[in-house]
Amino acid sequence: MRFVDEFRDPALASTVLERIRQLVESPALRNRETIRVMEVCGGHTHTIFRYGLDQLLPDRLELIHGPGCPVCVLPREYIDTAITIARKPDVILASFGDLLRVPGTHMSLQQARAEGADIRTLYSPLDALQLARQYPDKIVVFLAIGFETTMPATALTLLQAEAEQLHNFRMLTRHISIIPTLKSLLDDPTLAVDGFIGPGHVSMVIGTHPYHFIAEHYRKPLVVSGFEPLDILQSLLMVLAQLATDRARIENQYARVVHNAGNRQAQVAIGSVFESCSRSTWRGLGAITQSGVVLKPRFAEFDAERAFGCEASGEGVDDSVEGSCCGEVLKGKLQPQDCPLFAVQCTPANPVGALMVSSEGACAACYQYRKGAH
Amino acid sequence: MPDITAERIELVHGEGGARSRELIERMLVAAFDNPELNRLEDQARIELAGLMSQGDRLAFTTDSYVVEPVEFPGGNIGTLAVNGTLNDLAVGGARPRFLSCGLILEEGLELALLQRVINSMAEAARDAGVAIVTGDTKVVPRGKADQLFINTSGIGVIPTNVDLSAAHCQPGDVILINGFMGDHGAAILQARGELALEANVYTDCQSLHTLVSAMLAVCPDIHAMRDATRGGVATVLSEFAQASSVGICLQESELPVRPQVRGMCEILGLEPLYLANEGKLVAVVPRQSASRVLEAMQRHPAGQHAAIIGQVTAELPGKVQLANAFGSSRLLEPLAGEQLPRIC
Amino acid sequence: MCLGVPGQVVELVDAAAGMAWVEISGVRRCVSLACLLSDGCSVESLLGQWVLVHVGFAMSLVDADEAERTLGLIRELERLAEDDDAIRG
Repeated sequence: MRFVDEFRDPALASTVLERIRQLVESPALRNRETIRVMEVCGGHTHTIFRYGLDQLLPDRLELIHGPGCPVCVLPREYIDTAITIARKPDVILASFGDLLRVPGTHMSLQQARAEGADIRTLYSPLDALQLARQYPDKIVVFLAIGFETTMPATALTLLQAEAEQLHNFRMLTRHISIIPTLKSLLDDPTLAVDGFIGPGHVSMVIGTHPYHFIAEHYRKPLVVSGFEPLDILQSLLMVLAQLATDRARIENQYARVVHNAGNRQAQVAIGSVFESCSRSTWRGLGAITQSGVVLKPRFAEFDAERAFGCEASGEGVDDSVEGSCCGEVLKGKLQPQDCPLFAVQCTPANPVGALMVSSEGACAACYQYRKGAH
Repeated sequence: MPDITAERIELVHGEGGARSRELIERMLVAAFDNPELNRLEDQARIELAGLMSQGDRLAFTTDSYVVEPVEFPGGNIGTLAVNGTLNDLAVGGARPRFLSCGLILEEGLELALLQRVINSMAEAARDAGVAIVTGDTKVVPRGKADQLFINTSGIGVIPTNVDLSAAHCQPGDVILINGFMGDHGAAILQARGELALEANVYTDCQSLHTLVSAMLAVCPDIHAMRDATRGGVATVLSEFAQASSVGICLQESELPVRPQVRGMCEILGLEPLYLANEGKLVAVVPRQSASRVLEAMQRHPAGQHAAIIGQVTAELPGKVQLANAFGSSRLLEPLAGEQLPRIC
Repeated sequence: MCLGVPGQVVELVDAAAGMAWVEISGVRRCVSLACLLSDGCSVESLLGQWVLVHVGFAMSLVDADEAERTLGLIRELERLAEDDDAIRG
């Protein structure tokens, strides 16, 4: 596969790994007890575990898995609301596969489907639109989640629904913004991270300029990275090179896809459809100012929460299950295997939190791929 | 095409009266056509002497088929129902001989569809040299079955001295597969249509017993063999590792996957190792015989793309590892639930 | 939030709606090109181009020159390592 296989070349990976080792051993970095680099994005976490990249790195270089997993941070009440809506007569609920097994308060969407709710797995919101055209007597509700990567898809689909006057189409939206989330992480005085591997596909939309505050204000390097093993290794090397020369800059390793200005058409679409909401609460992360977005009043008729009278209270809810450490793992303070429930009460077959369900959740990735963890 | 005036199955077709008999005789018996079935007794009668001349153990298996959609690229539920059960016999080293066919039909099922399924079953049985000698047909009200469900049971004879078992794997053994992984699972995903992908992907559904015979002819001492159906190759290897208390190590670069199946997996975030197959077996073979068995497989139509994919070790007993070209490895857990397409 | 795959735009489906078939390793998916269209970039001009696809939308062109440059930087490291070895003898 073009633009994929070249970035999985093991010989080139060896070269980069050797250079990483040399840098970590160099005079500039040799005296640091640990060098801690956080990969923000869940997709990067997935690649790291899938290719066992952490097994290949020097011991003093520690990878911290960050909160960039939009499924992991969805409040439980979102799943509960989705199930309530799915149970209403003549509703077809359409969702990405990632959400099917996320535990709500009582059950998951998959369990609700087993009880008779019409819940379908789709690849694209455009397919949900097609369902609405195909079933005019049903209300089709799409679960729209994700960081800025997926906001343009939601926005463009809604614009299309509006243009076609598809009155049987709704969306239950819970998108999350990366910059406030990063800022909240950086403002945590207990955060101990030396540098960042920045999200690749979020940056494809927002560009690299929004990250400058991380370098300027917080004095930490951030390298926007692609998703193949070579991308992550090269990005790590770039972060280390900055640390070794005491620099803090935003760099773009994923230049074949990410432009510094981002994607203008995507940004315009997002701006037409969404507005920021002042305070949103996320599972494991708590309340983060300006981190959520809501549909503009123009799109109120497509808002599933309004249509079905399920509007969230907006108050923070303590989402955590007794003994679980989802929040600490999400913020990189704990590794998955340090949570007392890991691989005991909390497994992929019986997940307690969403980090064990989402394929890019640190706990699921660690459980699935880690050698000898259990 | 039998002269049945209705276009769809009705409840009366399952009630045992004239309409039932008409359906059975004109559709099922006409298609499956063999002396034992044609007698239309309440049971099939099989000469024991004939069976005993072929081996010393009877192999007996049953499977039910509820696949949705009922028709998919390269096959249908009928092809699966015959080949799937034959393969369960074959991987025990048995020569399959006879099948039963139990049908549960949903009221409203199109007769033309049922005819296509029956014809596929008849063709698969003929190609495999087995006879469908007994059966049963029931009809349930609309909504109580997803178009049709099929159960097939099969009997076969295991030759003396053939003793395949998941518990027989030994460190040093070599693991082989007879071709590309994941074709069936990918074909089904595509046929379901929800993901709106288009690809030339077809089920790999085929009977494997003549391939197995060819393999046993060059190496009677094959240790273990299973067909990699639901849960894929990874799940079967997990079963071997646990039953034999050994470790298994696969080489990622050696796994055969078609480009289109790889493409679907990359788009949907799936792993070919966990996709279902309907014409693939995994064999565990003593090291000294591995190249001979591989050659015998590659000479056979069902094994043209056969490959060595890994080996059995004493390390990490009960676990399956996937070693990659970067020098690291990861564990392959048995599938917790159906693989779901993901966007994250 | 990240599963994006490079594919090639192979056939227009509905130029007015900005929809095209994108092919990824022999698999085709109907994809919206809306995020790439502008006055300077028409649907027709995207035929044959490589794009990054996420949930049915082409979100960016894949720049072959940049891809080559990125790999080139790594190959340069390889060359430097060989030079080092040669120097050390």
